[in-house]
Amino acid sequence: MLRYFLTKLATLVVLLFLVSLTVFTVLFVLPGDPAQIILGIHATPESLARLRADLGLDRPFFAQYADWVGNLVQGRSALSIHYKMPVFELVASRLAVTGPLALLAMVFAVVFALPLGIYAARHQNRPQDLAVMTFTQLGLATPEFWLGILLVLFFSVELNWFAAGGFPGWQADAWGSLKALLLPAFALGIIRAAILARLTRSSMLDVLREDYIRTARAKGLRERTVIYVHALRNALIPVLTILGLQLGQLLAGAIIIENVFFLPGLGRLVFTAIGMRDLPVVRDVVLLMAAAVVFVNFLVDIAYAAVDPRIELH
Amino acid sequence: MTDEALLSIENLRVRFRTPEGTGTAVDGVDLAIAAGETLGVVGESGCGKSVTALAVLGLLAAPPAEIEADAVRFAGRDLLGLSAEERRRIRGREIAMIFQEPMTSLNPLLPIGRQVAEPLRVHLELSAAEARDLAATWLEKVKIPDARRRLGDFPHQLSGGMRQRVMIAMAMVCRPRLLIADEPTTALDVTIQAQILSLMRELKEETGTALLLITHNLGVVAQTASRVVVMYAGQIVEEAPVARLFEEPFHPYTRGLLRSIPVLGGRTGLEAGRLAEIPGLVPAITERLAGCRFAGRCPHAFALCRENAPPLFAIGPAHHARCWLQVHPERRRRDD
Ligand SMILES: Nc1ncnc2c1ncn2[C@@H]1O[C@H](COP(=O)(O)OP(=O)(O)OP(=O)(O)O)[C@@H](O)[C@H]1O
Ligand SMILES: [Mg+2]
Repeated sequence: MLRYFLTKLATLVVLLFLVSLTVFTVLFVLPGDPAQIILGIHATPESLARLRADLGLDRPFFAQYADWVGNLVQGRSALSIHYKMPVFELVASRLAVTGPLALLAMVFAVVFALPLGIYAARHQNRPQDLAVMTFTQLGLATPEFWLGILLVLFFSVELNWFAAGGFPGWQADAWGSLKALLLPAFALGIIRAAILARLTRSSMLDVLREDYIRTARAKGLRERTVIYVHALRNALIPVLTILGLQLGQLLAGAIIIENVFFLPGLGRLVFTAIGMRDLPVVRDVVLLMAAAVVFVNFLVDIAYAAVDPRIELH
Repeated sequence: MTDEALLSIENLRVRFRTPEGTGTAVDGVDLAIAAGETLGVVGESGCGKSVTALAVLGLLAAPPAEIEADAVRFAGRDLLGLSAEERRRIRGREIAMIFQEPMTSLNPLLPIGRQVAEPLRVHLELSAAEARDLAATWLEKVKIPDARRRLGDFPHQLSGGMRQRVMIAMAMVCRPRLLIADEPTTALDVTIQAQILSLMRELKEETGTALLLITHNLGVVAQTASRVVVMYAGQIVEEAPVARLFEEPFHPYTRGLLRSIPVLGGRTGLEAGRLAEIPGLVPAITERLAGCRFAGRCPHAFALCRENAPPLFAIGPAHHARCWLQVHPERRRRDD
């Protein structure tokens, strides 16, 4: 068990290193000179050169990479060119929106997907199953921005239950902030629920054919116990993988939905920062997004070990 | 077929309606087991042995299965007339079953102690501690070494033979009146097979449970059962007390099965019960023709066999066979 954990941890560290190197390289070779953008097109070559030196942009590739990683590891924040504030502070304030948004979306997704998937599997090929499959097919085909707009039109414009967008901030208005996240999280969650429900259904169907389910029934266990104790736990193992993948993706910024709902999240931040060639921000945020995906996968691996006693063997 | 039969099945038919076609897996089976008796059911793969057992327990999903019978009576109750809930209360409590595949028949995510204790919790409503304690006692009874300390083990930590012991403990904890064992030893090594069989005989002695032992292997039946039923393509083709069946097998199929028993300590490559000696295969349930179902593989078959299905003839005391040779003994070839 400990060995499994340490192996996964080592993998995590190596992956983070590779991700950081990739992010850095891509942004390094990308066209666009931050100094030029800051000073405008009329800047003199001398002032450009001075600013590049100040920003460390004239140093060799590996030196710049080492500076960046070194600062990150020691918790020293770079300064955003556009926002003129430490990148860490900027990211933290945006993460306070995107993090809860992603988690809330996954809560919605799971709350809808698991019961639907189980229900469909228990009524395989009957009308109930067909209804779930049709509904989830619809979910798969629905673009999330469109669902978001529909939700705004109905719940905000028509019923006036929610503000149509914006985010008051947790300190200013915690309840209002939570409410601001509900609709976008619902839009994100319901679409992910479609995939998860189908996966839960097919995974349940596979497990329900297993010999140990027949054993559970032969013992005279109640159907409830057979489904929720014997089948569901086994069926959740493949679902867990996709769940992790989806959470990672959502943490990596729900750019579109944040734009629909005017949420100051990470997605919007990276969008603006790229437009402004705000290299320090882009670099850190992209790394953070990639790291989120890698880290959630690490958590999924650990969750596997908690669920499946066979893991420690490998 | 006596009045005091614990389980009696009359004219059981099980049809499967599948996209590939409809077929009859069990076609008019009559069976009776007295309390405490051991009945062997033998036949090749696909003869309908498991389907018969699963139909009795109510474990066949319908659809695709369609189950009909004149009667399926267990301890005075008509099983087919019971509600799903009433049948569930019988499963694991009064009729228990163990399966062929010990490697896949246990839930990989639950500790074995818990799996053995489950029937006690649900049927006898014991507390967790009581059930755990009794589960440990049963794991000791099935000779799991160090049983009490292994309650928390998971199935993957046990060998195939050990898992089958766990399955037996799980089936026996509530002291059922009937234990159905569907090829309990087929998936195991020969030495382990013998151990599991003697364990089952021992527990049967101790608890007085009746045993329906399903197997490919007549050798297993010889050591364990008092009466044998031979099934072929969904029907009973021969039925006799075990000694009689071995001394005077009547049906050519039974004789074929007897020839295929692996000799103890004989060739090692010969898998127990693999019927190399009977050429051909059991017909699929969707392609059953008129006449005797075995005719296509029978060395004695003649015109009558191919046109008319034989009834179950009385051959001797408690001995029946479904074969036209009963009325045309002259047709039996000398070399068989
Ligand atoms: N769920 C099902 N759907 C369709 N056909 C089935 C189903 N279950 C069993 N059958 C068919 O019923 C026939 C009898 O199967 P059964 O499992 O009873 O055979 P068996 O005698 O137990 O053989 P084995 O020794 O392989 O266990 C087989 O031809 C099988 O294909
Ligand atoms: Mg079988």
